[in-house]
Formats: sequence, C-alpha cells, structure tokens
Amino acid sequence: MTTHHASAHYDVIVIGAGVTGLSSAWWLARDGKSVLVLDKGVIGAEASSRNGGGASHYQSPLFAEEQRLWPMMDDLLGYPTEHQAQRIIISVTQREFDHYNYIGDMCTAMGWPVDKIDGDTAREMVPITGDNCLGGIHLRFGGHANPQRTVQAYAWALQDLGGRIIQHCPVTGIETAGGQVTAVTTPQGRFSCGALVVAAGPQIAGLLAPIGIDVPLMAGRAEMIVTEPAPLMQLGGVDGNGLYGRQTMRGNLAFGGGPHEWIETMASGPRARPTTPLSRSLARRVAEMFPRAAHLNVIRSWAGIVENTPDGRPILDRIDNLVIATMSGVGFGLSPATGHAVRDLVVDGTCSFADIAKLSLARFAGIDPDWRAAAGWLPLAGA
Amino acid sequence: MTRIHDPHAIDGKIAAPDATHDVIVVGAGPAGLGAALEAARAGRQVLLIDENPVAAALVGSDVPLWFGGRASAAVQAPERLIETLVETEPLIAEAFEAGIDVRLGTTAWGLWRNRDGSAALPEAMLGLSDGQTSSTAGFGTLILATGARDCALAFAGWDQPGVMGALAFQTLVQRYQAFAGHRVVILGSGDLALETAALAQTHGIDVAAVIEVRDAVQGTGAVPAGLTVMTSQQVIRAEGGINGVERVIVRGAGGAEQTIACDTVIQAIDVVPAIELAEVGGGQVVTEPTRGGAVIAGGAGEVLPRVWLAGAAAGLNGSYADALAQGRAVAAAALGLDSVIVPADEGFDRMAYRADWLRALVATSPDTTLVCQCEEVSRADLIGVQPPRYLSRSDTMGTRSLGTLLEDGPPDAEQVKRLTRAGMGLCQGRRCREQISLLLAMAANLPPKSAPRGNWRVPVRPLPLGVMADWDQAAKMDEGWDVWFGIDTQWIPYRDIGTEAEQRHLAELGGNMHL
Repeated sequence: MTTHHASAHYDVIVIGAGVTGLSSAWWLARDGKSVLVLDKGVIGAEASSRNGGGASHYQSPLFAEEQRLWPMMDDLLGYPTEHQAQRIIISVTQREFDHYNYIGDMCTAMGWPVDKIDGDTAREMVPITGDNCLGGIHLRFGGHANPQRTVQAYAWALQDLGGRIIQHCPVTGIETAGGQVTAVTTPQGRFSCGALVVAAGPQIAGLLAPIGIDVPLMAGRAEMIVTEPAPLMQLGGVDGNGLYGRQTMRGNLAFGGGPHEWIETMASGPRARPTTPLSRSLARRVAEMFPRAAHLNVIRSWAGIVENTPDGRPILDRIDNLVIATMSGVGFGLSPATGHAVRDLVVDGTCSFADIAKLSLARFAGIDPDWRAAAGWLPLAGA
Repeated sequence: MTRIHDPHAIDGKIAAPDATHDVIVVGAGPAGLGAALEAARAGRQVLLIDENPVAAALVGSDVPLWFGGRASAAVQAPERLIETLVETEPLIAEAFEAGIDVRLGTTAWGLWRNRDGSAALPEAMLGLSDGQTSSTAGFGTLILATGARDCALAFAGWDQPGVMGALAFQTLVQRYQAFAGHRVVILGSGDLALETAALAQTHGIDVAAVIEVRDAVQGTGAVPAGLTVMTSQQVIRAEGGINGVERVIVRGAGGAEQTIACDTVIQAIDVVPAIELAEVGGGQVVTEPTRGGAVIAGGAGEVLPRVWLAGAAAGLNGSYADALAQGRAVAAAALGLDSVIVPADEGFDRMAYRADWLRALVATSPDTTLVCQCEEVSRADLIGVQPPRYLSRSDTMGTRSLGTLLEDGPPDAEQVKRLTRAGMGLCQGRRCREQISLLLAMAANLPPKSAPRGNWRVPVRPLPLGVMADWDQAAKMDEGWDVWFGIDTQWIPYRDIGTEAEQRHLAELGGNMHL
C-alpha cells in the first residue's frame, strides 16, 4: 500500500472521486497541473456509478460541449466508456405522448434535431415494444454510456497523466488564510493546494459550512432495476413511460424512475442504500413499455443517493481559489463538459465555452433557512 | 407546523402488504420444518413456503443450486415433482396435518424493512412469487431457514454439463428423483462429500472416485463401504463431448495422471449459507471461516427485529436431526418460549479448505478458464480487470490490472464486478462469487477471512419483469410519478431561465414526467 506523506503540495486538490470530480481532475491534469483527488470511499462508488447512464441533457449550458466531446472520450481517455449516440423515448399513454412531443419541439427549437415517430415506426425501431406503443420521439442527439466504466476511465486517465487519487481518505477540514484555501486535512495527513475543487456530492454542504459557505443541498434516494440480457436493439438508448434507462451493450435493460425518498446523510456519506418494493412498480412500467420483454428476468435492483439544489440546477462557481461543483443529480452525462468547465474556472476564472453565470451559488443568497421544509424535502420520520 | 408534501416523494406511496401472517417460515428443509411445526404446536398460525420444486428454466440456469445440466426431464413436470417432494419428506405431510399453510413452488425473492436510508415502508414485508404473479407479505415473526447453496470452484472443463454441486445432486436425487447421471466423481472428502457418496450409493449411482486435494480425509464420518478416498490429488481437467462430462483426469502426489470415466463431477468441497434474504433485509454480514464464509452476524437466532435465522442459512453444518432441532429451538425462542439454541460447530476452517482446493485448481488450469460462466469472464480477465469481450481493448487498457487498482486501495469486489462483469449474470453470481472473493484475496495477499465480497440485491432469485410487476398497484403510486425528482425548474433550457419561455414550459410540462 502506498504511504501518503503529510505536507505534500498540489496545484489543485479535488474532493470527491465521482464523475464530476474525476473529470475535473483529468482536465486539470491535461493542463499540466499537479492534481490530487481525495475520496471518503472508493472511486465512483456513489451515484456516479449507480445512475442510468443517460447523456441527453439538452437543458444544460454545457450540453453542446458534452455532445462534442462524448464521441471522442474513449480515445481521449484511453479506456472504454461504452458511449452510444442517440435516444428514443416511447410513450404508452396519450399524456406521455403529448409531453414527449412538447419536449421534442423544445429541443428542435434549440437546434437539436428530433424525429417524431408513430407507433409503427417505434415498433420497428424498438422490437420489444407492443401494440400499446403510441410512438414517441427519436432524438438524433444525446446518448448514453456505462457509468462505472466511465468513472473508472476518468480515474485511470488521470493517473496516466500523473494525477493522484487517494481512496478511503475523507477530508476532515479545509484551511484558509486571507480568504484563500490553503490546505485540507485528512486522517492521512495535511495536503496543501493552490486551488480546491469541491465535488463531493451530498457531502459538499457539510464540507463548506465550517468555512462560512452555505450550499443549499438535500440528498435523495432513487432506485433502479436491471434485467438479464435481451437481444441487442438498433438503439440501446430507449426509455419512456416515466422511466429513464437504457439497454446496455451487453443487452441488459436497466431502468429507474418514480418517487424518491429524501434522506439525511452524514459527513461520511449515506449510511446505507436500501431498495424498496418500488422495484415492482418499476418492473410494471418496463413491462408496459416493453411487453415483448416482459418474460426477461430482473436480476438486480439498487439505490443511489444524489444531492439536489433547490431549483434542481447545478452550482458551478468559483469563490476565490475554491470551485464548487454539484450537478444536482444530473451529472453523469454532462461530465465530459463539466470537467472542462471546472478546469476553466480553476485556471482562467471563467468558462471558455459557455455562459454558466446562472449556475452561480449567489442565486441562493438569502435563501430561507427552512427551504427544505417549505419544499417538503424532509426525511420521513424514523429514517 | 404542517408538513408540506412533496408530491414526487415516496412518502405514503408504498402499500401495506397484500397479506399479513402471524409466523412466516421460509424454507421447508429440516430447520424450516422444525420451526414451522414448533410454531404450529404453540398454537400459532404459520405460513411455510419453499421454492421447490424450482421451475425448469431456473434449474437450467443453476438457480438456486448448481444443477450442472444433470436434471432429467422430470423437472419439466412441477405437479409430479410436488408429489415427489411430499413423498420424500414425511414432515411436509405432518405440516399439512398440523394446519400449517404450506406453499411449495413459492419463492421469497425480497425482504424490505425500514432501516438506515429508508423509512418509506408501512411495515416490513417479504416479496413472494408462485412463478405466475408476485405479492407482498407482512409478518409478526419471520424465520429464515433458507438453507445453503453450492460452492463452485472453477477448473479446466468445469463449464460443461455434468459438473455440479453437492446440494444440487442431493436435491435431484433425493427430493426430485430427477438425476440424469449414472457414474459420478466426487471432489472433496469432508462430511459433505462422504454423505454425497453414501447418497449416491443408496440410489444405485456408481461412485467412480472420491478426490481430495489435502493429504488426508477431511470428514469425521465413515467412508462408505467399498470406497477409498484418493488423497493428495490434483484435478487436471474434465473432458467430455456434446452431452458433457465423460472423464476426469487427476494427478497424484507421485505425478502420475489417471483418467477416471464418469458422466458427472460433483463438487462437494463446501456449501455456502444462503444469506440472500437476510442480507437484503439489512442483516449485518460478517466473514467467519468456520461458519461458512460470509454469514449473518450472530448466527442462529434473532438477526433483525422479528427476523430469525435457523439451520444451514446460519452456518449450521450438521446432520438433518441437528437442523430440525435448531429450527424447533429458534421458533420456540422467537415465540418467547424457553429454548436453547445449539450454535453451529465451529471446528473446521471452511474457507481455508476452499482456498486449498482453489489454489490447486488454479495451479492446474489455464488462466483462460472461465470464472464467471454467465458473462464469460476468464480468470485472466478478472485479475487483469479487463472489460468484457464485446469491448475493444485499448493499449492503455492492457496496462491496467487488479495490481494497479490495489495501488488505489484494498480490493473492492463491487468495483471489480462492474468493470469485468464477473458475477453480473443470470445466475446472480451463484457459481462464481465465492471463488472471485478468494481469487481477489489471494491476488491482494489477504487472508480468506478478509476476502472482499459482492453483496446480494433484490430480487434474490431471477424474476421475470411481468411477474415482479405490481399489476394491482394502488393509484397513489402513479400520482406525482416522475422520471426524476420532479423539480420542474431542473429541465428548463438554460437560455430560457428567467424568461417568459420558462413560465410557458413550466405550465406545459406541469412538473411531471420529465425526460
């Protein structure tokens, strides 16, 4: 095991070896910066590796850069991400059909091409749909990738550039002097830095509160199920019927959606990630969406813990030599571009490829301290 | 203060169980039957479920036991199998007579409880299925007598029909009367192996050899008449044809190879406590080599509030009578009666024995030998942490291995699983998790006790989407259903934030069903 020495100095320290932190670290290492990533646990062990793998977040200012980067990521990183382009969104109710078409129009208006498809076309493109399929939208953009493989690819690519990752190393304190972050303390010693990136998901608020920065976040638990492999479809990025998910390159159908549970988390992270009988409602919706796959066995379910801001939008902001990066539960697909933006914030002070001013922390200045209660974002009694 | 309701949150949406029972016993082996009969004798209402007879499709997928393609066509006729099960286990008839609600062919595939990270349930409940539909069941007392499953260790040729586990053999021969083989070679010489040999002989099945890797017989029981355990042996490989195994080649201490004709190889090295339900319900898993590896802390007794564990599932490795007695004792204790639960005998280091066998099998098999049959992951790819074959492997990928992962921290079975796909297949890792665990420990120079392990998830048996689905779901589950968290401002195109268009989108999308 590597011995970690105290008083080591890095140009940049990143707290959080999730997909946002590791992409940021990789981008900074590409820039020649010496980078250290610290994590309370294992690389990508939380939501970064437990999500649906979607990469179609048209609403984000980072989306165009994400779309530019994804097709290149395997080559840039040197490791496979299983990225696949495009998506189809299937409806089995008129309400879904209207809703998806509205979103299709919204994307078209932004310049992202969308084909509206009828039931017959959908059945042709997605053979496991059934007579109940009303059609949907075919996004000729977006896509999906394998979360665990991608997060590990960032980690390995970072290490290949000389970056360092220390697992099982929770940050216990952030030292400041004259308004600048100077170092972080951990059970494995003190590490000083020229800049700090905090990309620690639900733990961000607890890390920054002691230095007087309030980040309004609330953690929630979400669930997914996965089946045994089905024959590969023309496009794996198929979801709908109130679900998100995909067919993996192996053929498994992995889907999530539905009600979340607000939970308390601790500085050390979530205490557990249990699933509930919600699995049965997910199975029902998958079976409704894909009647010709209803015989496939579900072989696992799991839950992940994600943080949300009050408006559900990211916080990507720089305060002196500190950069705060939370994607508010929508971080995986955008990660190639998020890392680029964080790199720009750290190195240049501003994002070079997109306006991200509306993602500043300042928008929450003066927020009601009881905003969670006001929104109903409170854990259930006994949780 | 009035609690504001988040319409997209799970609060109040999970329905109460479809049915609630005073006492539920899972597993109608000796421990479960003992528990159910004891509870019935105490005047309690008891539901006793058992997944046997297992559907033929699952038998073919080596779930829950390692049937190894040696089940006869009899497993295609579940009605007949139920008769056989009742004929071969007199206590099942006794249970019926005692007024116990006995349901064969019924699987418990989930156990959910409120615990750290979730308080969404109205009460603790099991997920049940009869193969056609699923339902939930609440309980006053739950006794898990889920038994054990087979421990599989790979060797050259293990991935062909005719290589199977001792428990699967016992089930096919004794309980289903559906074993398709005639001449077996048994690996191992502990009591499990010796009992397996005796069972084979009783049923007129030829035992060609009993093979032991250590230099002495490991069991305390008698070696069946007419048999000699071949000690200090290495298994070189199993060879066969289209119908599977035809012969096994072994090598003795002197180096001479010997070919033994057989149609079945039974791995009877060890069994593994079936902790799936207890683990997914929140039971604390610990590694105790003498109790069978990954087991629930505390052993036989109450492992979670109102949830009790008994028999082989708790690591008991004794006789039928021992399991029956422990089941009775656990039920009595669960019902508040005077009871002494005799714990498992903890003399023998089962993980060390598995590790000795695994080391010997690794030594004689090429590293292209599959570890995970479902996902076709070889030992080399596991230790190399290489991606599955459907992905191209870059030059940089070749520089990565478990060795480089270990520079980042201790081995993490979940991480390795997701990178290599080993253990992610239809059998839910039943044929590979013990060996993956030990292989990772060996590669990291960790003792077997510290072997990293992958955890169990619901459903703990493969269950079709259409069966798991809650088709009678209460309307409240669909109210406020959203793809993600239902935060309507989350999906507004960035350029529209703060404009009139934002208000239009919010009105049209109505806070629900975002992409």
